[in-house]
Amino acid sequence: MFRSLATPETPAIGIEVDGRRIACAPGENLAAVLLRAGFGPFRSTPVSGAPRMPYCMMGVCFDCLAVVDGVPNSQTCLTAVADGMTVRRQEGASAAAFLAAEGLADE
Amino acid sequence: MKSGDYLVIGGGLVGLAIAYGLARRGLAVTVLDEGDVAHRAARGNFGNIWIQGKGAGVPAYAEVTRRSALEWPAFAREIEEVSGVELRYRQEGAICVCFSEAELKQRMAMLAAAEADSTIPAEPREVSASELRKMYPMIGPTMAGGTLSPLDGTVDPLRLLRALLVAFRAASGTYVSGARVGTIARDGDGFAATTATGTYGAARVLLAAGLGNAMLAPQLGMRAPLRPVRGQIIVTEKLKPFMPLSFHFIRQTEDGGVICGDSSEEAGFDEGVTRPILARTADRLTTVFPFMKDVRLVRAWGALRVMSPDGLPIVQASQEAPGAFAVSVHSGVTLSPFHAAVVAASLADEGRLPPHLTQSFSPDRFDVQIPRNS
Amino acid sequence: MSDATFDLAIVGAGPAGMAAAVEATALGLSVCVLDEQAAPGGQIYRGITRPAGLDPQVLGPDYWEGKALAERFLACGCDYRPGSTVWHVDAGELSFAGPHGGGTVAWRKLLNATGAMERPMPVAGWTLPGVMTAGAAQILLKASATVAENAVFCGSGPLLYLVVAQYLRAGVKVAAVLDTTPWQAYLGALRHMPAALPGWSYLSKGLGLLREIGAAGVRVVRNVDRLEMRGRDALEAVRWRAGASEGEIATSHAFLHQGIAPNTNLARAAGCAHVWDEAQLSWRPRTDAWGAASRPDLYCGGDVAGIAGARAAALSGRLSALAAAADLGRIDAAGRDARAAGLRRAMRRELAARPFLDTLYRPLPAFRVPAVDDVVVCRCEEVTAGALADAVDAGAMGPNQLKAFTRCGMGPCQGRSCGLTAAALVAARLGMSEGEAGYFNIRFPVKPVPLGAVAAAGGKPAG
Repeated sequence: MFRSLATPETPAIGIEVDGRRIACAPGENLAAVLLRAGFGPFRSTPVSGAPRMPYCMMGVCFDCLAVVDGVPNSQTCLTAVADGMTVRRQEGASAAAFLAAEGLADE
Repeated sequence: MKSGDYLVIGGGLVGLAIAYGLARRGLAVTVLDEGDVAHRAARGNFGNIWIQGKGAGVPAYAEVTRRSALEWPAFAREIEEVSGVELRYRQEGAICVCFSEAELKQRMAMLAAAEADSTIPAEPREVSASELRKMYPMIGPTMAGGTLSPLDGTVDPLRLLRALLVAFRAASGTYVSGARVGTIARDGDGFAATTATGTYGAARVLLAAGLGNAMLAPQLGMRAPLRPVRGQIIVTEKLKPFMPLSFHFIRQTEDGGVICGDSSEEAGFDEGVTRPILARTADRLTTVFPFMKDVRLVRAWGALRVMSPDGLPIVQASQEAPGAFAVSVHSGVTLSPFHAAVVAASLADEGRLPPHLTQSFSPDRFDVQIPRNS
Repeated sequence: MSDATFDLAIVGAGPAGMAAAVEATALGLSVCVLDEQAAPGGQIYRGITRPAGLDPQVLGPDYWEGKALAERFLACGCDYRPGSTVWHVDAGELSFAGPHGGGTVAWRKLLNATGAMERPMPVAGWTLPGVMTAGAAQILLKASATVAENAVFCGSGPLLYLVVAQYLRAGVKVAAVLDTTPWQAYLGALRHMPAALPGWSYLSKGLGLLREIGAAGVRVVRNVDRLEMRGRDALEAVRWRAGASEGEIATSHAFLHQGIAPNTNLARAAGCAHVWDEAQLSWRPRTDAWGAASRPDLYCGGDVAGIAGARAAALSGRLSALAAAADLGRIDAAGRDARAAGLRRAMRRELAARPFLDTLYRPLPAFRVPAVDDVVVCRCEEVTAGALADAVDAGAMGPNQLKAFTRCGMGPCQGRSCGLTAAALVAARLGMSEGEAGYFNIRFPVKPVPLGAVAAAGGKPAG
């Protein structure tokens, strides 16, 4: 489990992770916040369904993908948190087509 | 020098399909292929088995294409069985999507004319905008409909390439890579090809080197006036399957990625991609499927089509050097079964290319050709 | 800024990119810097402008050297665009995308300062949740003051020992260090010792780190020649072998490292010629003494042009900036050379210890190409070493046919996590050198990019 070494400041904002509210500081790295929150695995792979979590933390490996604010396959290690941001696990390949179709059906 | 029945120059889809057909018939065949870095139409191919509208106004081409499409199910089974490589082959029809009513009308008229010209029916039909929307709820609001041809389909071209190579070798064929042919000439009562890795000989030779045929054919008294026409193709990240049938320029692979491309440019041998064409391709894709604006483009490449002056195949037997043949086509996927069966059988059993091909697709037709628009 | 053509566009805001921007703007060039990260510093100085609340002692003085450079960079007057991922480069232009929007920028000279990435370390189980790179551990520490207790550090090289030392200074318990440096490497490196003396600071620092780790009482296993990450859905234990002895350590965190390699995707897609560097076991763009690549409008500076460290990266960025200024007629050749003289002297000192380090920390063949068939090589497409070997046997004659036959390298990381492994595998199996075997043919986009951004890039270049 990852933990923070920083002197706890009053977290100014919160994000919603699989329905759970996580407090964090503005501008923090999303992958780091998720790791500390015990979110895992971030995703399952489209090929075999294997669980994956961040590996490189520098935008190279694409293992830290999650659904961020409704956008599948977002690189959480390159994302800064924003108040009210929602994060969901990425299950296999992107479901963008079906999210779009649902959206159209709702209209 | 002569050491086998056939030398096949070119280890792409055309060369390997014919070579496999020859080897399977018991002939001793050597395929000479280039190295890891080469202009490989087979590696850039879109993967369509496509007859819709092909050969409109040229019944001979329509005939060959349709015949081959009909052979695909049996061919796929055979190649998968021999190679153990799954082809990801599907032939349940495909749709040409239309961006406007006018385009749809024009296409239906063209398909009707092609249908009237051909003895093998393809039975294309119109798909209305509302029917299209039922099949693809996420389709863009401006799409006008499409034309569906039940004989069209798709195959993973990279798997097909690998499968043909494995099948060819399983049929005791000899495959030599890194053997780009510099010169090819008569040698006694056979032929000898000189490459960086050595000289190879056989009683007969078939040129199936794609664009390379342009340089090789004249050495054996033939000609292949071919030029590269670049198509830029893009592939997205993996999506859950959402396309019941593929579109002419958009298809979802079984791996999940959406592959898209319909550009055509004269760019010499440059296999690169350019911003304007990538942008245009992405724009067309996101017009058909607006939700894809947030979907990531992962890879792109330029593939060089093997194009003759009229876009049709060039099939030729050398008069000057009997036993030398050349096949130049840009439909290596669709025509694979035809190459492996009809073409290979004729070469193996009769020592010649099928006469209806050499008559219809001889390069002599360019002698009387009207100059192309400049 | 809409119709501006920048004298110099720089991709990457690590030490090379930042130093080049400072130098170039001082010479009067208009400079645009595009960087994927939200703040400057690259990976080595990650988070340098946004302290994560750590005691400064934890990261050490080498890290804080980057602070002054980052401050000068932010004040230099260049057009700095953080959060901008460059996905396409063509003659005189580049296109980028990011959370703050995208566009196309026109330039006269381009400096590729895309740095390095960690060399793949494809051991069994390296895709399991809980297994990360040592670089990732350090990024979490630097940028987010985030650490994992009881982690096992595996591999070899200065970065590995540095992160362990930083963890220890922060009071974080480290379960073990499994050191894969073979004892023979110490002997091999010794002959580079005399030449390395001008770079003595590197050597003494390295020794200092090892002493620091030893003094903290961390368990160190040397000569490790086999590693396996074990677990079902996440890491549960690390299994190791060192000659005749072996063992297993229960942990939910392992950090791997066996050196870094240039991140060449952009240079390759831009058509730059590359050379195989046998000493560093990696490809790098062919460059001259100014960082000029094989195409005349493009320079490569910093670790992308060969691994040499942060200080050398800053120096090489400045040299490229001088060359660009001279090429554009802003300074003459004599002025360029006069300014460069001091930089080159400093560069010689920086490079002195390199052959020693490259020899000592040369990754073991067993950790470069998996000996076990079911080890994943391509993390994106989940292609195993066994599947790759089968494809070579089926007729794949090099990395590109291998990619075509197996999909290895076709995923979103675009071969960055598997390219060196796949090429080494094909070379070994066909009895070629890695230089002969070649590398994946890399094309644009050099990073995955939303189609909406690509569709919007159809017009003329404009900032």
